[in-house]
Amino acid sequence: MTSVLVKDLSLNFGAVEVLKKLNLDVQQGEFVVLLGPSGCGKSTLLNCIAGLLDVSTGQIFINGKNVTWEEPKDRGIGMVFQSYALYPQMTVEGNLSFGLKNARLPKDEIAKRIARAAEILQIEPLLQRKPAALSGGQRQRVAIGRALVRDVDVFLFDEPLSNLDAKLRAELRVEIKRLHQQLANTMIYVTHDQIEAMTLADRIAVMRGGLIQQFDSPQAIYNKPVNRFVAGFIGSPGMNFLEGSIAAGSTFSADGVDIPLARYEFARQPAAGQAVGFGIRPEHVALNSGADWPFSARVKVDVVEPMGSDTLVWTKLGSHNLAVRVPTERMPASGDMVDIGFDPMRASIFDSGDGGRL
Amino acid sequence: MADAVLTSHPAAGVEPFGPKPRRVFSRRNIFLYGTLIIVSLYYLLPLYVMIVTSLKGMPEIRFGNVFAPPLEITFEPWVKAWSTACTGLNCEGLSRGFWNSVRITVPSVIVSIAIASINGYALANWRFKGANIFFTILIVGAFIPYQVMIYPIVIILREMGIYGTLTGLVLVHTIFGMPINTLLFRNYFASVPEELFKAARVDGAGFWGIYFRIMLPMSLPIFVVAMIIQVTGIWNDFLFGVVYTRPETYPMTVQLNNIVNSVQGVKEYNVNMAATLLTGLVPLIVYFISGKLFVRGIAAGAVKG
Repeated sequence: MTSVLVKDLSLNFGAVEVLKKLNLDVQQGEFVVLLGPSGCGKSTLLNCIAGLLDVSTGQIFINGKNVTWEEPKDRGIGMVFQSYALYPQMTVEGNLSFGLKNARLPKDEIAKRIARAAEILQIEPLLQRKPAALSGGQRQRVAIGRALVRDVDVFLFDEPLSNLDAKLRAELRVEIKRLHQQLANTMIYVTHDQIEAMTLADRIAVMRGGLIQQFDSPQAIYNKPVNRFVAGFIGSPGMNFLEGSIAAGSTFSADGVDIPLARYEFARQPAAGQAVGFGIRPEHVALNSGADWPFSARVKVDVVEPMGSDTLVWTKLGSHNLAVRVPTERMPASGDMVDIGFDPMRASIFDSGDGGRL
Repeated sequence: MADAVLTSHPAAGVEPFGPKPRRVFSRRNIFLYGTLIIVSLYYLLPLYVMIVTSLKGMPEIRFGNVFAPPLEITFEPWVKAWSTACTGLNCEGLSRGFWNSVRITVPSVIVSIAIASINGYALANWRFKGANIFFTILIVGAFIPYQVMIYPIVIILREMGIYGTLTGLVLVHTIFGMPINTLLFRNYFASVPEELFKAARVDGAGFWGIYFRIMLPMSLPIFVVAMIIQVTGIWNDFLFGVVYTRPETYPMTVQLNNIVNSVQGVKEYNVNMAATLLTGLVPLIVYFISGKLFVRGIAAGAVKG
């Protein structure tokens, strides 16, 4: 069942088109992450769904009801903001009850909902404190609680963890995932952090320039990006790209490097001589494995970047930089000659013209 | 004492440790405090002369020793200034003007701040169509000299039938306080994080709900700033007071002028000084009470425009 449906949504600020005829279909109970670089319109889209921005054209449905003209409070949504946006002069309890009092709920119902939310989020001891007396993580919990007490079907998160330090971010990330499993609400989550997107999402919508580039499961987006932008945006360290062209006999060729593409599953058949970009993720390249790869080469190690659990090894393949991710215990020294190899089946090939996947 | 503090040049074998020693009589300190002291004297000397003169009897003033402290302290000039000093035929002192001023200032301050804060809130948070044009017009209004508008306002008040009444003067003060106070409140509310406003909307609060329950409790400092600006501005106003009221409703400043400038008889300098001090007392008290909040509010409003 569809929970949130965005139909041909456009939003213009003057002459600037922020969202361009955008469509999005979120299923009941699904966790959808809107991911993209700054200025791609992801927060704008969320604000439109919340009703905080008027749309230029298009429609928004929540639970089958057309809410395009509805006020935020009538849309059945709860929202969590990056800066927490707690009311500074109210206690935690006051913050949680503000929306319920505005909705004129009976007192015992308000108390019941606050007690439930406080228990789920473990903020019972904090109820009488002011936001200023809370830590960042506690504040964000209260902000989530404020959405929770509204007892709504759809939760909207606008970069809720961006203001927290790395450790706390990881903790709250797990907690949000646990919360989603427990409540089974629809959640739409905006972030520019791909780790959050990959770990939390049932489906990720990668956005750029007011358009959704790809809307799919994290695995599909990671393994089969539909275009060069998605491929480059997802993954850290980023995908290696070799610029070249398709040579006769299903081979990729770039200044002296020939990669056989017999095992590659083409999305659409390229023409011979077509200019393409060949992308391979650093973790899909093996180093000194001794195995027999469809493509292998002997290269010199340029730079070694140890990152703790993994090490990034920079080499050159032809004239292109190539990063290889290896376990730290098998780290070579810079200057060593090493064997690298990979299976072109794991690669992604993009048209150099429109950037689309081949 | 100098020896003790002059260790800023570490002698041989003395490792620099802890806070760097500072000399009390450094060139920087002499300039800094010297300037401050001179400027303070410049401003405080007239005040000193006023206070001293107001506490002297007329014979002592005639000796001409302006800076000398009073030989015999008398509060009689203060009493006279308050209750019996004459302005023309009328000898009630400043007291009537004081109460007129209170009756002018209190409603003007309340009404103008109430309206300006709502204006500022609407301009900062509810960007309605034409908000920018409206704001521009309002700001332009702040730069038009008052004198240009005096006569047209006389006509408007006359047509409304409130010329010469306190109501008319309150209306004039409210209108002229609008541009600067709206600007003040708009900038303050614009510095309140927008997400707070969005959260309140998601929580179902409307225009007034957000204003009274979210914005007002957060903006005490800026209200204090606006109050100080308005109280001092309206209390000290002379021009509107003399133009738009009648003698029986003259504010304190106009009455003070009439007392000081009355040409009959001897000039009673001590009474004049006491009357001036009395008139200036209200803004002074307001400053002393709320000085700290004033600075905080000005700074808070200034961070983001």
